[in-house]
Parts: sequence; C-alpha cells; structure tokens
Amino acid sequence: MKKLIDWIEQRTGLQGLLHEVLFERIPGGARWRYVWGSTLSFCFFVQILTGVVLWMAYSPSAHSAWESVYYIQHEMTGGWFLRGLHHFVAQAMHVLLVLHLLQVIIDGAYKAPREVNYWFGIVLLMLTLGLGLTGYLLPWDQKGFGATKVATSLMGIVPVIGPSLQKLVVGGADYGHHTLTRFFALHAGVLPGLMIVAIAAHVALFRRHGITAKQPYRKPEARFWPDQVLMDGVACLAVLATVVYLTERHHGAELHAPADPTQPFNAARPEWYFLFLFEFLKLDFLTQWFGHHGELVGAIVIPGLVMGVLSAMPLLGNWRLGHRFNLGFLAAILVGATLLTVQSLRSDAANPGFQAAVAQARTEADRMVTLIRAAGGIPRDGAASLLKQDPATVGPRLFAQHCASCHRHGGHDGLGIVSAEPPSAPDLRGFGSAAWLRGLLQADTITNSAYYGGTKFRAGKMVRYVREKLPKLQASEPVALEAMIAAVVAEADLPADRAGAADRTTLVEAGRRHVATTFGCTDCHAFRKPDEEATAPTLTGWASRDWMIRLVGDPTHVDFYGSRNDRMPSYLKEGRLTERDIGLIVDWIRGDTDPARWLTGPTAMATNGVSAARR
Amino acid sequence: MESDPGIPSRNRREFLTGAAACTVGACCGAVPLVSGLIAWLDPLTRGAGGGDWIQVAEVASIPADGTPVRISVVTSRSDAWTRESAVPVGVVYLRRTGPAEVVALHSVCPHAGCFVDYQVDRRAFFCPCHDSTFAVDGSINDPRSPSPRPMDTLAVEVRGGSVWLRFQNFRPGIQAKVALT
Repeated sequence: MKKLIDWIEQRTGLQGLLHEVLFERIPGGARWRYVWGSTLSFCFFVQILTGVVLWMAYSPSAHSAWESVYYIQHEMTGGWFLRGLHHFVAQAMHVLLVLHLLQVIIDGAYKAPREVNYWFGIVLLMLTLGLGLTGYLLPWDQKGFGATKVATSLMGIVPVIGPSLQKLVVGGADYGHHTLTRFFALHAGVLPGLMIVAIAAHVALFRRHGITAKQPYRKPEARFWPDQVLMDGVACLAVLATVVYLTERHHGAELHAPADPTQPFNAARPEWYFLFLFEFLKLDFLTQWFGHHGELVGAIVIPGLVMGVLSAMPLLGNWRLGHRFNLGFLAAILVGATLLTVQSLRSDAANPGFQAAVAQARTEADRMVTLIRAAGGIPRDGAASLLKQDPATVGPRLFAQHCASCHRHGGHDGLGIVSAEPPSAPDLRGFGSAAWLRGLLQADTITNSAYYGGTKFRAGKMVRYVREKLPKLQASEPVALEAMIAAVVAEADLPADRAGAADRTTLVEAGRRHVATTFGCTDCHAFRKPDEEATAPTLTGWASRDWMIRLVGDPTHVDFYGSRNDRMPSYLKEGRLTERDIGLIVDWIRGDTDPARWLTGPTAMATNGVSAARR
Repeated sequence: MESDPGIPSRNRREFLTGAAACTVGACCGAVPLVSGLIAWLDPLTRGAGGGDWIQVAEVASIPADGTPVRISVVTSRSDAWTRESAVPVGVVYLRRTGPAEVVALHSVCPHAGCFVDYQVDRRAFFCPCHDSTFAVDGSINDPRSPSPRPMDTLAVEVRGGSVWLRFQNFRPGIQAKVALT
C-alpha cells in the first residue's frame, strides 16, 4: 500500500496537493462565518450533477422543450425531485451569494491584496444571475416565456447596440427554436464553463492569500481539516435539508401550461430574486425624473452603476472612510431590495385580479396533465394542441372575452375576475340544472341580477307569470312543480344529471304533462312539438348542447327570442365566433368537459388499443 | 546593447521566431474563432419578415359599439427549420370607429413587452406587469403609467367588408414607435 501511494505521489504530487488543500492555516481557529464559500461550491456541484442528468432528458426546441420537461416532471421516476433540487438549489445559491458577499465586506476580505479575488467573486455573482435568467426560459411554459420576453425587451432598449444584442440573444427577430437552443447553450455550456474557470481562479487566489481571519482570535491557530471541514459540511447539510424540504413541500418546481403567445398571461412575474428589480421599475420617480428614458435608467443605468460601485469597493476601501462607505452602501442596497421585494409580494397579495390569474394558471397547468394522461401521451402537434381543443380551458377564456360584458359565471367572468359593474344578463353557472331553473321560477329571485335583473325581461311576461300565477299553482300542486322542473331539465341532458336519469323517468313523464296542462308553459313556449304560435324560446331541447349553440349563434331566430331579443348579439350569424368556439363555451357551461369525448385522434385510439389488448 | 556585434543577431532571431510562433498561433485560433463568430452572428442577417397585408376578420364581426375584440393574426411563418402554414404570429385588438372604419392595436405593451389584456368590466386595456391601464383607444390614461408611448397601432385597410392589416412588431421601452426589422 505504502509503495502504491509513493508511486502515485512521485508521478503526480497528489499528496502534496491534498496536504495543501486540507491543511490550510486558519489563524484564530475554525469559525462558522467562513462556511459560505464552501456552501456555494457545494451548490454549484449539485447544480452540475442534477443539471447533467436533466440535460439527458431535455430537448431544446419550441416543439419539444415543454413536452420533455413535462416528461421529467410527471413521468420520469424521481424526475420531479431532481428538477426540484435543481430549481431550489439555484434559489439557495442566490441567497448564499448575498451572505458570502456580506461576510467578505464586513470582514474586509476584499481589501489589498485580495482585490482581484473579489472581482472574480463579482463575476461569479453575475454568472449565477445569468444562469437563473437563462434557466427560467428552458421549460418554455407561460411563466418563463413571459418573463424572458420582458428581460430581452429590456435588453433591446440599450442605446445603439440594443436591437442587435436582442436579436443575438433571441436568435432572430422572433422567439422560437433558436431562442431555446441559444439559451440552453448559455445555460448548460458557456455560463457553467466560465463559472468553473472563475471558481478555480477564485479558490486558487484565496489559497494564495490565505483566509482573512476575523479579529480578535478566539482560539489558537488551526488547520482547515478537520474542524473547519466539519463546520462546512454541517452548513452544506443545512442548505441541502432546506432545499429538500422546499422540494418536498412544493412537489418540485412549478411547470405552467405551455407557452402560448396568443393568450394573455396575467400571472406574469419574474423569479422572486428579480422581483426587487421588477418593483423598482414601477417606481414613480423614474418617469418623473427621467421621462421617457425612465426605463433605460431604471433597468440598465442604475443597476449598472450599482454593479460599478460594487466592483469598485476594493479601491474605495483604501480611503479613510471607504470601508464604512462600502458597508453603508451594501446595507442600503440590501435593505432597499428587501423592501421592494416585500412591497411587490404585498401588492400582489392584495390584488384580487393577480390572485385570480395565478389560480387560473394553476388550473390550466393541472388540466394539461389531466389531458395528457387521458390522451395516453402528447400528440405530435404538441401539448398546446390538446389545450386548444379543451372546453374546460378555452370555454372560460372565450366566455371572459365575448360573454362576460353582460353575463357572469358563478359571479365572475369565467377566469375568476369579479367585475365592479352589475351584470346585465343571467349568471350561466349551472345553466340547465334543476337548481338554476328553480331559482328562475321563484318570485323573489327571478329579478335578481343572477337572472333577469339586468335585462329588459325584468318587466316581461315571464316575471309576471312567476310572480303572480306560479305561487298559486305551486300552492295547489307542490309535487307537480318539481315534476315540471324535472321534465324541462331532462331536455338539457347535462352530463352531471345523466347518472340518475333512469330513476327519474316516471317523474319526467308526469312533468311533461304538467308543462302543457297544469302550468301552461306551452301558452308561450313550444315543448316537444312544433308550435308556430310560440312567442318565447322553445323548451324543446332546452339547455341541450344543440339548443345552446343555436341560441348563441342567433338569438333572434323565431325558436328563441325573435324580434324581442334584448341586446344579445348573434354570434354565429354576425361572424363573431365560429360554431366550434361556441361549442367550446357551451360544453364548458354544461360541464361537458370529459376529454374522452373529444380525444379521438390516433393517440386516443392507440391507448384504447393498448387497454383493449391488455384486457 | 545594440552595439554588441554578437547578440543583435540572436535577438533578431528570437524576435523572428517569436513573431512566427504568434502568427501561427493566431492563425490556428482565428479560423475556428471567426467561423464560430460568423455563424453566431447569423440572427443579425435575419429580418423580422411580415409587413404583408393579411386578412384578419370581417368588419361585421366587430362590435359596432367600439368594444375591442381580440384577434390572432394567422399567417405562414418560418421558425428556423420549421415552416408553418397557418400559425398565429401575433395578437391584435380590432375596434370599430365607424361603419367601415377599423383601428388595430397591437397586444404587446410598448413598455416592457407584456401581453396587454382588454378587460371588459373596466372598459380599458390592462397590462398585468405593472398594473397599469390604457384607454379603449390605446392612449395612456393612467397617470402612473410607466409606458413611454400609447399602444401601437397597425396599418389597417377595409376591403369589401374584410379587415386587412400589416402586422409588425415594435421596439418596446422607447418613446419612438420603431418597427422591428
């Protein structure tokens, strides 16, 4: 054994190197305040390790980036944990960098002769921020896409070279395949490569100058091994424990729905460690003092100046009050950044519109997973193609855009935004259900804003009927009313009602007679047979898919409101919406959102084939 | 030193070999470096495309009361190696200002490039990034707006009941409206 060690030592000098590494002198003994550099090295090591494995499963193109990350997150064994580690260690690195910088400044470890080493540290800080920025885009989800668009737009406002710089970073005039290939090359190649070089130089220079021991010494001089190594190890373990805890708690890193440049993404925010900059750009003084250059000043000039002062600290530190200035400056920046971050989080927490957008983004992300699972995989056209066919996703979006200026859905616009204005048309949540119809047929609710309150029908025949005639009929025939409601609701054939439909056959049969006789609905409405004298919307197929599509398409049709139509546009007739779009809204309102109904492509067939074969 | 007859020749020799070594080294380095640089600069030679007239909607389908409608501009587009024949290249808001007059507003915020959403209940455009609004005609109506200019309009023509427009993207963050080329 001894011979082997000697043989290696003679040819490599390994022992000497090891000795130098482990037996670095520490005047005043091991201390907790020296652990930050080691925790950062540890984090970088974890990022390389997890990053390389993620790389093995990642595919950088606009057609496959999101899909490959989906596979890592939701299908690969341990994929979510690996991705979570990579995500949260990246966040930890930003925190640890700040702590390391603080310790270096407080202890004066940046002063001569350690200036160059300090500058390597600043370079490492910028490389880490660059890695965070480039990594954010790679999943190609709504959040990363939106944030990167903003970041690259800011790049474009740099005078003279801005537009070219932006084009080079984006890989063309528009976002696409080459944006991803370029960001990925930066994230997995260029930046980590530079980082390895910078870390090597940083550590080599640190060894050359030795540790900046904090005075006064508490203990006698010691060596790096074993006391300081133990402390560093414990610190790394604490970092790791925090990261594992966060990964477990959030089930890894979030993956939003695939990037879709045609949809507004109102939950757009940068990663939390850039929030302070985001909030800073909102400050009034920028536009007040610098007018139209506010953006340039806020996003480029001021951060540039701050980095400049940070870099100049070793030189400033030579002045009499230099060190105090440096301490004060750093403290001011950190307090400012913290306040801005808190301000940003607080204003978002108090903003119901933003909260609704975040909830909606989560719903869409979850729905995406449901759809992919139902389809048995992602079709060739990409995950977004599934989302675009999905009534549960597209329905509320179209509703918010085209219907919510008058109607509501459960009090909001379908996407969770509650308007300050009262609705001028019925609330369509649960339309076609017995509960909805019961509400319409009640004297005290029919003129609510959720029913006819905002329409011209508030003074119409139906309201008069419900107020004057129906209560008397109801008193004499309480059972008949429920039967009548059951009969009309049976026309809707809502998916939610299909389960118990067979048990209600007798009730519905009886109800159909009451519609015509007891309640005289057919005096105005047609019901289950043509009625040319009908003056109100037909109840034949009421709230069924076909009935609703036809009504939305043209409410002025004689089967519906005819010339008595209030303000409802004829969406199909006027070309405002296609029949397919109306179908998506209707399916969503009717709760007919089971993907098995419309997943009829080759993928669904293939899965059906597989399950059939298994049987 | 220069007067010493023996050394100058050696110095000259050393200088010449040194210069030769540097030249050879530079040549070896330059070829991969320059070829890499040229390929890396390729995006600068790529134009934004667009600028063609595209039919986007029928005038009749836009509400006469001036409420904007969101329309995806669909046309053919190349993304590096992919050629797609009908793909949304952008989103615009169309607004009727007269029986046959239509205004098109770009959905990208002229401030930082976020997606501006029309919010029906506010009767205003809303940019989520800085919680600021634009009036229904695209002008800045928010005293705290960080935007350097109103929402960008696009060239529109009404031809026989159809709305045609020239779709372009504009540089955000500056006061002047400059099309990206």
